[in-house]
Formats: sequence, C-alpha cells, structure tokens
Amino acid sequence: MSKDIIIGYYPGCSLEGTAEEYDRSARACCQTLGIQLETIPDWSCCGASPAHCVDHVLSGALSARNLALASKAGMSAVATPCPNCLVNMRTAGRDLEDPETRKRINRLLDTPCEDSVEAISLLQLLVEKVGIEEITSRVTRPLAGLRVACYYGCIMNRPPELMNFDDPENPMAMDRVLEAAGAVAVPFPHKTECCGAAYGVPRKDLVMELSGRILDAAHELKADALVVACPLCQMNLDLRQGQVSAHKGVEYDVPVFYFTQLLGLALGLPDKDLGLNKLAVSPEKFLSKLEREG
Amino acid sequence: MTVLDLTQSFDASFADKVAKESGQDLSLCYQCGNCTAGCPYTFAYDLPVSKVMRALQWGQKDIVLTCKSIWLCATCKTCTTRCPNGIDVARIMDVLRQMSRRQGYAPEKKIKQFQDSFLDSVKKHGRVFELGTMLRFIARSRRLTDLDLGPKTAMKGKLHFRARDICGREEVEKIFARYQEGLDE
Ligand code: SF4
Ligand code: SF4
Repeated sequence: MSKDIIIGYYPGCSLEGTAEEYDRSARACCQTLGIQLETIPDWSCCGASPAHCVDHVLSGALSARNLALASKAGMSAVATPCPNCLVNMRTAGRDLEDPETRKRINRLLDTPCEDSVEAISLLQLLVEKVGIEEITSRVTRPLAGLRVACYYGCIMNRPPELMNFDDPENPMAMDRVLEAAGAVAVPFPHKTECCGAAYGVPRKDLVMELSGRILDAAHELKADALVVACPLCQMNLDLRQGQVSAHKGVEYDVPVFYFTQLLGLALGLPDKDLGLNKLAVSPEKFLSKLEREG
Repeated sequence: MTVLDLTQSFDASFADKVAKESGQDLSLCYQCGNCTAGCPYTFAYDLPVSKVMRALQWGQKDIVLTCKSIWLCATCKTCTTRCPNGIDVARIMDVLRQMSRRQGYAPEKKIKQFQDSFLDSVKKHGRVFELGTMLRFIARSRRLTDLDLGPKTAMKGKLHFRARDICGREEVEKIFARYQEGLDE
C-alpha cells in the first residue's frame, strides 16, 4: 500500500487490563498492514452493558463524549476492537440522530456532541480497508492448515440494520482473515451464540452453561484453536475454561486466541507484539504443531 | 389451577410507556415464538421473552417488571435480529430492565450489584478499574468470588493494582451527576 490510512482508535477499558494482548496485537497488525491508528485523546469508558441496563441516555452520553473527542481531533471514523464498545458507539450515533434524544444526551455533557463520527469494528477495518487479497500477500508464515473455529460472539453483527457489516447469522469476515493467514476455518455452528456475557461474576452458572456449549462444539469439531474478536468472550472461554472444565467434568484444552494474534503470527510479527504468553490456556500445542507443519 | 384475572391487572398506560420509551410498536408481535426459540437464556428465564411480549400487550405491569428474565437478558440481540416483524425486542428488554430498576425491583440482586459496582468505577475513574470493580462487588454482595482467577491474571501480568484516572475524570463524573439530577427532579 502506498499511503497509510489514518483512523481513530478506541481501545476500550478491557484492552488496558485483561485484554492487553488484544490491544498489542491489534496495533502491531495494523501497523504492518499500513493502517495508522490514532487513539482518541483521553477517551473514557462507554459504560459497557451496565450503562444501557440503567438508561439509554446515560449510555448514549458516555459514548457521545468519545465521539465528540474523536470529531474534535479531526477523525472521520473510529475503529474499535471490542464489539460491546462498538454496539454502544453505534447505538449512540443512531440515538444522536433524533433531535429530542440528542438534546437529552447533550444535556449530560460538558461539551455537546454535534457531529457524530462513524464507528466500525477493527475486523471490518481490516477486511474493508486493507482487503483479503492484500492480507494474503503479506503473509510470510502461513498457519499451515491448522484448524480454527472462528467465534464472533453475539453482537458483532447484530442487529444487521445497526451494525451494517457481514452476516448476522453466519458471519464470514474472520473466517476469511484466518484463511488468508493459511488456516482452515471449520464451519462453526456456534459462531454467534452468546458466551454468557458479563455474568461470569454475578451468575457464573450461566457462563458455565453457555461457554460450555461453545467449548463442546469446538472440541467436537477437533479445532486446534478458538479464535475470537471480543475481550469478554475471550475471558469466558480462556480464563474461565478451567472453571467450565470442572463444572462439566470434561477436560477442555482449547487455546483461545484473538484473531489479531493469529494474524500477527502469520504476518511474521515477533512474539512480544502478540502477547501469546498472556493466554490462560497454553498455546504451546498449537505453536508446536505450527512449527512441525510450517 | 390458578386463574388470573387479567382485566384486573391490565395497565394500558404501562404498555404505552414501554412503547414510547423503546420506540417499538408492541401490537406488531403475533407470538410466533422466534425470539424465544433463539434466545440463549430461555433455559434460565422464568418468563420466556415471547411471553414477556404477550404480558406487555396485556399491560401486565407487575408480572413484567418483577420477572427475572428482564434482568438475565444479556442483550445479545438474537431476538431483534430474528423477529419477523422487525421489533427491536432487545431494546424493549433494556427499557423494561431500566423501569424495573427505577421502581426498585431487583429479582437478580447480584446482577444489579455487579452493574452498580462497574458503573461506580467508571464514575470515579473515567475508565473501568477491573480490580476495583471486583472489590466493590465483593463488598456489596458480601461474597467472595473467582478467587481462582486472581493468581491466574496476576501471573500473566494482567492484574493492575492501581486505577489510572483519565484527565477528563470529572467530566465523566458530571455525566453521572447530571443524570441523577434529572431523575431527582
Ligand atoms: S437480547 Fe435478551 S431476550 Fe433477546 S435473545 Fe438475547 S438474551 Fe434473549
Ligand atoms: S419474534 Fe417478534 S413477533 Fe415473534 S414472538 Fe417474538 S416479538 Fe413476537
């Protein structure tokens, strides 16, 4: 690519904490693929799901603060790796279009949000702005036919009128990225099933059941890894995998990567940019298979 | 068999209010059951989501606002995506949860405590401080949880012991304060 694409970046709170490796690998992949991410200065939390459980105007205001900051910084679009942040920004953008709601949202803000900025997912950014062909041509270390199950989570593409990208029932963008990286993306029926969302702390039983179903499916399909695009899904499936194993009496051993980590591997990025050592379930088996076959 | 007299508990203004706040036409629901069939939480609900819709049409305020389902809904939006009549069912569930909250119901106490702990953290620091949220939740619910995960995250260098406040921390705090003022008015 001749010229770098400059785009606003909203990491979201998890990417500063339990999902650091997502942030690191996302930034590294973008840099390699000619995308310059510019973080929204002094961004704040979008309120995740608790805020919209309390009030839509409150939730809208929390996102509108960030949209206003992005617009002030001259960003025409903002990419975010986290689907929950994305939904909130998109919903806020839509709610701001209604003059009455806009007034109610702006009443909560120091600086009113006048023109909304478009929010897209990091996945969409890579697929649409870089393109599968370009990604394929940049791969230096293909994932040598390793079987991966791409898990999109429930809200990345839903509802379609709002998210406006890929398919709400059978999304393929991540599958295509992973195939470009040389992996085999198995047809995964649980792509968009909910993992139990934020209930890990208050109602662990729900996460055990729902994440359990996803791990079962990946296990049955003999996937070498699950690939995700959401910090919360990753936490439920990876960090809580031991809890799910104990709960169901099945010993799962499926590494759960962020798609940017596997893409980064295929792009030949160094380990320090990918944070593979941050995963709870050891990726060793996957990596050694890669060495053997690669 | 319990016989419910639905005319007694019918509250038309409640249905109107939900319709207005969610921007959805409740009468469009013809009870096809698609939302319930796709809802991943049906196994845990006391009232399946299509029945919530029915109870709403019948203006059954108490049944709807006290059910656990509206608190367990994770806003996965499968219902919204699959409703043949284009009803944003997830938005309705959101609005119901908000009303239920404002009126002091919380049949799923721990879920409410978790949400409150999370938002306290946002209000205080501008961004979520994960450890602080957990500690607040533990204090509120008087219940230790996920002790096994602490060492795991710490070992991976993912557990931060100090919050990093943003510069606009006070701006965010004011968002919450103004929101609260609006409620008190
Ligand atoms: S949004 Fe809520 S009610 Fe709708 S399918 Fe998801 S969990 Fe069920
Ligand atoms: S899918 Fe739509 S029409 Fe069918 S029962 Fe649910 S809300 Fe009603």
